[in-house]
Amino acid sequence: MSINESLSDRILKGFFYAAILLFSIYCLIPFWSVVASSLTSEASLVKNGYMIWPIDFSLDAYKLIFRDSTIYKSYGVTTFVTVVGTALSMIFTSAMSYTLSVKSVKYRNHMAFYIYFTMLFQGGLVASYLLISKYLDMKDTIWVLIVPGMLSAWNMFLLRNFFASIDESIAESAKIDGANDAYILFKIILPISLPAIATIGLFYALGYWNKWFDAMLYINNKDLFPLQYLIQRIMNNLDYINQVSADVTLPNFIPPAMTVRLATTVVTIGPIVFLYPFLQKYFVKGLMVGAVKG
Amino acid sequence: MSNTTVQQVAIKSEVESRKKRGPFASFIYEIVKNKFLYLLALPGMLWFFVFAYLPMVGIIIAFQDFKAMKGIFGSEFVGLRNFQFFFRSGDWIQIVTNTLFLNTLFIIFNTAAAVFIAVMVTEVSGKWFKKVTQSVMIFPHFLSWTVVAMFVMAFVATDGGFINQFLSLFGIESIQFLASPQYWPFILVLLKIWHGAGFGSIVYMATISGINPEIYESASIDGASRLQKIRFITLPLLKPTVILLTILAVGGIFNGDFGMIYAIVGRNPLLYPTTDVIDTYLFRSMMDLGDMSMSAAIGFLQSLVGFILVLTVNSIAKKVAPESAIF
Repeated sequence: MSINESLSDRILKGFFYAAILLFSIYCLIPFWSVVASSLTSEASLVKNGYMIWPIDFSLDAYKLIFRDSTIYKSYGVTTFVTVVGTALSMIFTSAMSYTLSVKSVKYRNHMAFYIYFTMLFQGGLVASYLLISKYLDMKDTIWVLIVPGMLSAWNMFLLRNFFASIDESIAESAKIDGANDAYILFKIILPISLPAIATIGLFYALGYWNKWFDAMLYINNKDLFPLQYLIQRIMNNLDYINQVSADVTLPNFIPPAMTVRLATTVVTIGPIVFLYPFLQKYFVKGLMVGAVKG
Repeated sequence: MSNTTVQQVAIKSEVESRKKRGPFASFIYEIVKNKFLYLLALPGMLWFFVFAYLPMVGIIIAFQDFKAMKGIFGSEFVGLRNFQFFFRSGDWIQIVTNTLFLNTLFIIFNTAAAVFIAVMVTEVSGKWFKKVTQSVMIFPHFLSWTVVAMFVMAFVATDGGFINQFLSLFGIESIQFLASPQYWPFILVLLKIWHGAGFGSIVYMATISGINPEIYESASIDGASRLQKIRFITLPLLKPTVILLTILAVGGIFNGDFGMIYAIVGRNPLLYPTTDVIDTYLFRSMMDLGDMSMSAAIGFLQSLVGFILVLTVNSIAKKVAPESAIF
């Protein structure tokens, strides 16, 4: 720690502070303004445009969306997909990674290559689309949001490297004492691997929560729209808005097109904001480990 | 007791390795020996077979005149006709250019921003300040592009969007962003940085934190200024990581960021000239035009070029930083 920082050093440091502050505001403003703009009346939004602080505070948009069943259905779909999907992904990814990490498994490098190749070359959207919609007939089912994206080769290699870094002597001494593979995995390896598996789980969970492309391709049933896809739909058409405000009979009522869209967006992000400190810690840690290991 | 057990294990494996086995028998032997472990991996292997390898069979559609009624095995084989059609139409020039141009901009600016942020955050002090600003800067990464599209509306909307509100303060006329393709490469790059620079800076910060602090101390003793330390210590030591990540990113340069572009631009034909990439074009010809053969052909080209590129890029990366190979 230098005691006498030169003037130019301090100016530079000050510049850094300012730049970081500006970039942070840049990151925050879109989110903030959407929240603020959702908390006004539609009339105010039309008149004043988007704002950083609600002019004419109003919870109308939120009241409307919470009275209608759509948001609950979408929340249900997204929650189910995230919980079930993450569980399945974690189980099967861990299972495969573990096998690939055990040195005495003779074909593990062959299997690793088999998986690695899928990262290099893909069959393309058309083929996948036909496979899933025509041959597997998964359209308009909730499983189409879970199964096709269930495993990630990338996450699998991350976990494999983690398992491989666990000291072999632990497993070896257990083997000498007569333990079989299952015992070693469940009673010895898994308990110490829980943080790593949880991190991978969070990576998957975020992917499931934010998923919308698969819904766009394969889901037409309104009751099965996940949250992110709902947002996309309401950006482009007014059915939802009309449905949500269909039975309002106030005089001078302006259908709350924009505020409802904004409110829905805010409600969608809600869980991420609440869980954010938790998410951030694990993601950063997972990324660092992954980066350092390559 | 453990002595004899160890001896027993040793003798047993010696005896086993001396047995002569044909290749098939040794395959079975291996599976049986580690049957629990192979069983564990089986679901995953099956999944990759169904969802990654089976679609590869569908590549044949690129060479067919595909009719949904007839399916893959009934449609007529037409060789390279779909490809000829694609190249002759001239559309390919625009989408390939857009894909490469946008991705290049993304790689350059995202990397620059991430490095900038990493350097700046490590140079400032104040634990609370660093923690809060880092949390804020990483936050955008967790939002899906459909949500971000809403945010973008708040900025570029013709009536009441922030940018136009700002312009009207100076009496400048509103810009119709949604009808003006020329602004969008710029907007997309800004969005990409907003979304990814904070998260991307984490890796660089990890690298910087691994630099031996004694190097900085001896530089201070020699009278180096902060700027000089950054220029001559921090940046050069970041170079390998930057080069590696950039090389790997180039491997995906033919893959447009469909998620971002479709969510934000959607089906707005006015913006296609500067924002339509290979992936969005492919998507539209599949879903809107129902032209499976053409889409399959484009997809195949993209996968093929991507494959060659990734192999090339990975071998270069291996030479630059051998410890970072996947396996």
